[in-house]
Amino acid sequence: MVATLEIRNLHASVDGEDEMILRGLDLTVKKGEIHALMGPNGSGKSTLANILMGNPAYEVHEGEVLLDGENLLDLEPDERSRAGLFLAFQYPVAIPGVTLGNFLRHAINARMKAEDPDSKGIPIPKFARLMREKMTQLQIDHAFAGRYLNEGFSGGEKKRAEVLQMAVLEPEIAVLDETDSGLDIDALRIVADGVNALTGPDLGVLVITHYQRMLNYIKPDYVHVLYEGRIVESGGPELAVELEEKGYEWIRERHEALAHFQA
Amino acid sequence: MAVVRRRSALPQAPSFSWADVQSLSDAHDEPDWLRARRREAWEIYRNTPMPYQEEEWRRTDYRHIRWDEAERLIQANGATAAVVPAKNLEPLTGAEQGGLLVFVDGNVVRSELAPSLEKQGVIFTDLRTALRDHSELVERRLMTQAVRATDGKFAALHAALWDYGVFVYVPRNTIAELPLHVVCYNTSAGAAMGHVLVVLDDNAQATMQVEYASNVTDGQSAYIGATELIVGDAGNLRYVSLQDWNRDTFEFSHQRGIVGRDAQLDWVNGVMGSQLTKAFIEVDAVGQGANARVSGFFFADRDQFFDLDTQQNHNAPLTNTDLLFKGAARDRARTLWQGMIKSLPQMQRIDGYQVCRNLLLSDEARMDSIPGLEIEADDVACSHAATFGTLEEEPIYYLMSRGITRPQAQLMIIEGFFDELLQRIPFERVRQRLMAEIEAKIIG
Ligand SMILES: Nc1ncnc2c1ncn2[C@@H]1O[C@H](COP(=O)(O)OP(=O)(O)OP(=O)(O)O)[C@@H](O)[C@H]1O
Ligand SMILES: [Mg+2]
Repeated sequence: MVATLEIRNLHASVDGEDEMILRGLDLTVKKGEIHALMGPNGSGKSTLANILMGNPAYEVHEGEVLLDGENLLDLEPDERSRAGLFLAFQYPVAIPGVTLGNFLRHAINARMKAEDPDSKGIPIPKFARLMREKMTQLQIDHAFAGRYLNEGFSGGEKKRAEVLQMAVLEPEIAVLDETDSGLDIDALRIVADGVNALTGPDLGVLVITHYQRMLNYIKPDYVHVLYEGRIVESGGPELAVELEEKGYEWIRERHEALAHFQA
Repeated sequence: MAVVRRRSALPQAPSFSWADVQSLSDAHDEPDWLRARRREAWEIYRNTPMPYQEEEWRRTDYRHIRWDEAERLIQANGATAAVVPAKNLEPLTGAEQGGLLVFVDGNVVRSELAPSLEKQGVIFTDLRTALRDHSELVERRLMTQAVRATDGKFAALHAALWDYGVFVYVPRNTIAELPLHVVCYNTSAGAAMGHVLVVLDDNAQATMQVEYASNVTDGQSAYIGATELIVGDAGNLRYVSLQDWNRDTFEFSHQRGIVGRDAQLDWVNGVMGSQLTKAFIEVDAVGQGANARVSGFFFADRDQFFDLDTQQNHNAPLTNTDLLFKGAARDRARTLWQGMIKSLPQMQRIDGYQVCRNLLLSDEARMDSIPGLEIEADDVACSHAATFGTLEEEPIYYLMSRGITRPQAQLMIIEGFFDELLQRIPFERVRQRLMAEIEAKIIG
């Protein structure tokens, strides 16, 4: 069966709040597909990403999220990760004292242990080889493996480190939340190449972005627009170009007209 | 409702007597100058009340010590180095060792010094042997400069009754490259009064680690210790102290580093064990251009109580002291750090820094930090800070989002909190061992 992420009628808020950020969101991402999710600031894109990953700061009120038919919402974030979901964070948090290398080794070992409790984890030389290979590919200085996770990283370095983690963990469904923002054109190309190297029949991607720029490098099969907590437009790559040219104003107008008509 | 706890009883004093001092001196046939010093210290001890309400002590309630058990001076019972856990005896580095000195119940059970260091004139021996073989050196430095009998009730008691110790001397212009390692291990309950005296002559260098530990005993113990680190002009001392007493031990210690002109002291102090620890940790920057870095890590669990009292004294211009303590507390443990930076009047261009970072791992634990400055100079850059945190959900979530389980994520974050300090220990193996010990404390 092809791995599929299915989001059905999702309603969600910040934990403990009444005001819904997501209000009946539907979206399906299959392995092998690239979807782009666009939308104005504050429309709930990161909220969606974090709810998918299981961030306890948010609360789901209604709807379901399935990964290969399994209810993701019942799982802890680590279980979701091991089930094949990955989130490249818009704002990765710094963790002092934990090096990037050590962290990723633990992440791999956690996967191995979940599969086989007696697993000794990945041998260090093998892990070092893997890291070197992936870091070279993403043009990350190898010394970064010894740096504390995200601490003192520039915006672009954080984004590259996120993609490095994705490359090492080889997810089935990856959500990239604004992985392009803050990158200069060279860095953008490197990151996009890195993502493209991972795409293919074994990976489904949801690219969250403001700008069509990223989509010149990572070519989406589908483009969706999030507005007022729902997907209000879906289309092919041409939709992204249209949004770039016209902005979100026409979405708002059309959506309001529609809402008015329905009322 | 605020609960006001009144102290119903004054702290009890141990029942040491002048006869104890005399018989100690007699048993070791001590020289007159030492007998005279012990007598003087005994007088100070006798005339000083048990500490109780004074500022440095009022938050430290040690009245649950049972002196009838803890005052009995520990006697060596013939145990050898075989009783010392392997982890304490493990060489500090994979390479050649400079020296190893092991005490069991105050008795020297191993005393080794690399021939290369011996040839350089480095002295690394127990204090009693040093009294015999290097009497003048010891007489000149022992409790005359760094820790003094007048520093407090327990300093006076120690000066009157210290019974074993370490003496290190590195001659002028000598670099003792290989690390020196000391282990003080106790197997029975009672009082131990160990002394460490390290003297680096001008332009000398050394690296040293001292470990304190004891096995589980029936009955309480008191460690009434003193550490004196004297770094001569342009000298450089890296000193690591690791304390892991059993949970029936009360430590009352005075530790002081004296840093000479253009000299450097890099001091790491780890506190993991004991029931209660009250340690005075001080550095005196006495020479122009002196530099001291003082690092501390502590992790209190169950009903442990740590009170670390630090002081950075700038007694010369252009001196620099940098203090960083990091601690965690879980269960019902309590920790207290009280820091002070002081300067003599008119000491210009001094730079003093002190910070204590606290990680609270349970609602019932309590951590306090009280930084302070008493600066009587104006061209100064002094700063102090204390921070308090708990385990935050956001980093845990981030680690979990990569497949790491919650307990493992918590462990990594706590270890990460300490990593910066552990990195200041110059021995990789020791760092790894401490990481494992921290891990054991976290997992409980
Ligand atoms: N943890 C939070 N606490 C309070 N409000 C929040 C929190 N997270 C999101 N919000 C609010 O929810 C709304 C959606 O935020 P979200 O971050 O999901 O938007 P976004 O589409 O990702 O925006 P951007 O394009 O700026 O990244 C915003 O109004 C935001 O202020
Ligand atoms: Mg966002």
